[in-house]
Amino acid sequence: MSSERSRKAERIRQIMATEGDSVERNARGFNEGRYESVARLEDYDAYKDRARAIKEDAIERLPELIERVRETVEENGGTVYVADDAADANRYVRELARERDAETVVKSKSMTTEEIDLNEALAAEGCDVWETDLGEFVLQVADEAPSHLVAPAIHQSREEIAALFNEYFDPDTELETAEELTAFAREYLGERIEDADIGVTGANFVTADTGTMALVTSEGNARKTVAVPDTHVAVAGVEKIVPTFEDLQPFVELIARSGTGQDITSYVSLFSPPVSTPPVDFDDDGPIADDPADREFHLVLLDNGRMDMREDDQLRETLYCIRCGACSNSCANFQSVGGHVFGGETYSGGIATGWEAGVHGQESADEFNDLCTGCSRCVNQCPVKIDIPWINTVVRDRRNRGAEDGRLDFLVEGLSPDEEPAGMDLQKRFFGNFSTLAKLGSATAPVSNWVAETLPSRLAMERVLGVDRRRDLPEFERETFVEWFRNRDVPRPVDADYHAVVYPDLYTNYIRTDRGKATVRTLEALGVAVEVPEVASSGRAPLSQGMIATAEDHAREVSADLEPYLEAGYDVVAVEPSDLAMFRGEYERLLDERRYQAITERSYEVFEYVYGLLENGVDPAPLRSADNGNGVGSDLAYHSHCQQRTLELEAYTTDVLERLGYDVRTSDVECCGMAGSFGYKREYYELSVDVGDRLQEQFEAPDAADRTVVASGTSCLEQLDGLLARQPRHPVSLVDPDGSE
Amino acid sequence: MQTQLETFETNLGSVRTAVTRTSPAAFQDALADVVDEPAIGAPLPFADVSLEGTGVVLEPTPDQLREAACGVTAAALGVADYGTVVLESTPAGAELAGLFPDRHVVVVRERDLVDDMAAAFERLGERFRDGDDDAVLATGPSATADMGELVYGVHGPRETHAIIVEDDAE
Ligand code: SF4
Repeated sequence: MSSERSRKAERIRQIMATEGDSVERNARGFNEGRYESVARLEDYDAYKDRARAIKEDAIERLPELIERVRETVEENGGTVYVADDAADANRYVRELARERDAETVVKSKSMTTEEIDLNEALAAEGCDVWETDLGEFVLQVADEAPSHLVAPAIHQSREEIAALFNEYFDPDTELETAEELTAFAREYLGERIEDADIGVTGANFVTADTGTMALVTSEGNARKTVAVPDTHVAVAGVEKIVPTFEDLQPFVELIARSGTGQDITSYVSLFSPPVSTPPVDFDDDGPIADDPADREFHLVLLDNGRMDMREDDQLRETLYCIRCGACSNSCANFQSVGGHVFGGETYSGGIATGWEAGVHGQESADEFNDLCTGCSRCVNQCPVKIDIPWINTVVRDRRNRGAEDGRLDFLVEGLSPDEEPAGMDLQKRFFGNFSTLAKLGSATAPVSNWVAETLPSRLAMERVLGVDRRRDLPEFERETFVEWFRNRDVPRPVDADYHAVVYPDLYTNYIRTDRGKATVRTLEALGVAVEVPEVASSGRAPLSQGMIATAEDHAREVSADLEPYLEAGYDVVAVEPSDLAMFRGEYERLLDERRYQAITERSYEVFEYVYGLLENGVDPAPLRSADNGNGVGSDLAYHSHCQQRTLELEAYTTDVLERLGYDVRTSDVECCGMAGSFGYKREYYELSVDVGDRLQEQFEAPDAADRTVVASGTSCLEQLDGLLARQPRHPVSLVDPDGSE
Repeated sequence: MQTQLETFETNLGSVRTAVTRTSPAAFQDALADVVDEPAIGAPLPFADVSLEGTGVVLEPTPDQLREAACGVTAAALGVADYGTVVLESTPAGAELAGLFPDRHVVVVRERDLVDDMAAAFERLGERFRDGDDDAVLATGPSATADMGELVYGVHGPRETHAIIVEDDAE
């Protein structure tokens, strides 16, 4: 296990060193472009809803739609072949090539043909196969796999491509600029296209009612691939079918914006083959138009596991994916490593877990699945609203369950009152059962803190559990937040208008108790009657390790613990955004509808709650303002938590702080990189720090360097503490009337 | 408030497509100003403007296709919101003439403009069901960022120019 972690750490380090810069520049560029482009689209959310509904309906009716496509394509004069798997699809296309004595095959970009390794199959048939998309062409020459769904050579810089081409093609004059490289490729591939016997494309969408293919491209190579050779083969997953031609519209509005941040790509080809353009025989000197348009068209619809995914309640959503790449671009980890680390055989980014598990089998997702930290930043970016982190959690859970019996289990046995199978990864089990550890650590603090920080302990933890020794461990408080509240001698307000439970999440209860205390004082100052009862931990920790059954237990306990308060009319105020995200998000899947509604409707992030009080006319005067900031300047640099931003709660914190006279500058990085236990794991420590560097850079820039750093999430605070010389603070400590931190 | 035509022109500009506005009567003069020789093209399916009698070769051979500097073809629709033109394929090879040469001059009639994609898809749906079922929504020149920087003119045209034929004032 330990050497496996070292190997993984080494591989990540190496890819970050060689590909990290290009990937980061490109992915972040696409990501920024996406934010801008979707902001320009009126009805963006309505289009996403429509796109989602179309896909849900299409996958629901898929068998019927496949038959409909067969009819319409055949009516138009083409042929449809439904291939069971990769071998079946390859065999069909090989036979076509053989029958036509095809020597040259040109292809436009298609992830589906990558999935089945069609190029290898055609090469085995003796065909010369050429990728005409420039990104794919680079990969073909470099003999590499795609590192991104949309921009497959995202990991290569111009300089690297120039070196590659100069070496491989040995041109008369050395190629250097992007223009020269493009011109060279255009000419080289232009000749291949002129000679081509067969053109192979994918399809972004196939409409059932008209038998129309939609291809979304920018270079023009797909148009030539379709137009020049007389035989066109389109290979598309069965999930690409949409019911009607008009259904294409929302996707055309969304796909490029979501992907590369363009409002639309240069070309959206819509055609119901065979197309009416005459094929071009470049050896002929008569007018092209005289050429008889005897074209052939074959649509290969690929199953390869998709029909099983359709039956799988958890993986089904993956089939809605239009492969725009937004989930990759908005992913902090992906921005650092790209698809060669965060990806499987074919697919990359967060959704790759679903695709790889579905088409290549569960194991092919094993290597990279942990790179999804559940930060949820992709969720709002996905044009078809796929809950990508959930798919990752489910696949992780299945992996855990499939794990072999391990020998070292007894070591964490006492710490693992979970519902998970014996044999699952010890590291996951350790982090997943953090609540037990925290209880124990607090009960025996400060001794537990001293013991944990000794070198032999850290070495053992690193070796056995994979906890990186470069991280500071959390320090447990002897008196928990709940105990503090109970032992306090403060009269409760009578006749209060507002009643709230402050949720004692794991960190607030055992480790960062100060922010809990500050929250209580803040709410009480605003006239809220507060309670801090013992409540179970939310289940976030086990869930992020893929321990769904354990998380479900936690959720039920939380629900039972809170129920009397909810029934008595209390609201629930959460300090830790990742726990609030559980209540609002994952609990929908972990609890029955009634229990979920009861919690979700009444739970708030602390500043969301304060904002609501102020909006309802409560006087903010008792709160500490920037004027008496107790040594804290009035200028703040604020990093909102990833899940908090996904829930669109960032604005409440900034608004309240601004009302109290603070000047707030916010970060715009997607995630701090710590993401719960992720940054503690030995194999991911360096990646976590690389992601954190982006935040560090923003907060050390001249316009932020003198500001007090504020963050809402425990993880973010830990990460920032490690990265910056300044001590970051939770925002509630600033407004706490009695703040003496 | 911009008119539909103005919106179209503005958006063509932002997708790097130059614009010439002309009347049907002045069309061939306007064309002569923007065409590079040698030019090829496909017959325009319009009653009031035509490529007949211009220097544009209408039935090119493969060699002429390869050598052409400029291609002139018609657009079936223009989408104002995006600066997009809808290019239809024809047995005469309009798709090829708008794709191979370095410069693409597209002729679009003011009356064929629609506001947005929703309207465009409504029109296209009718056409596709009637059997006019090949169309490219083309927006600006061919482009790639795959070589490390944004470059125009990859497999398709490097320059695009729209000639908008105004409706006859009646
Ligand atoms: S999961 Fe969503 S965001 Fe990711 S590639 Fe698929 S459609 Fe795009």
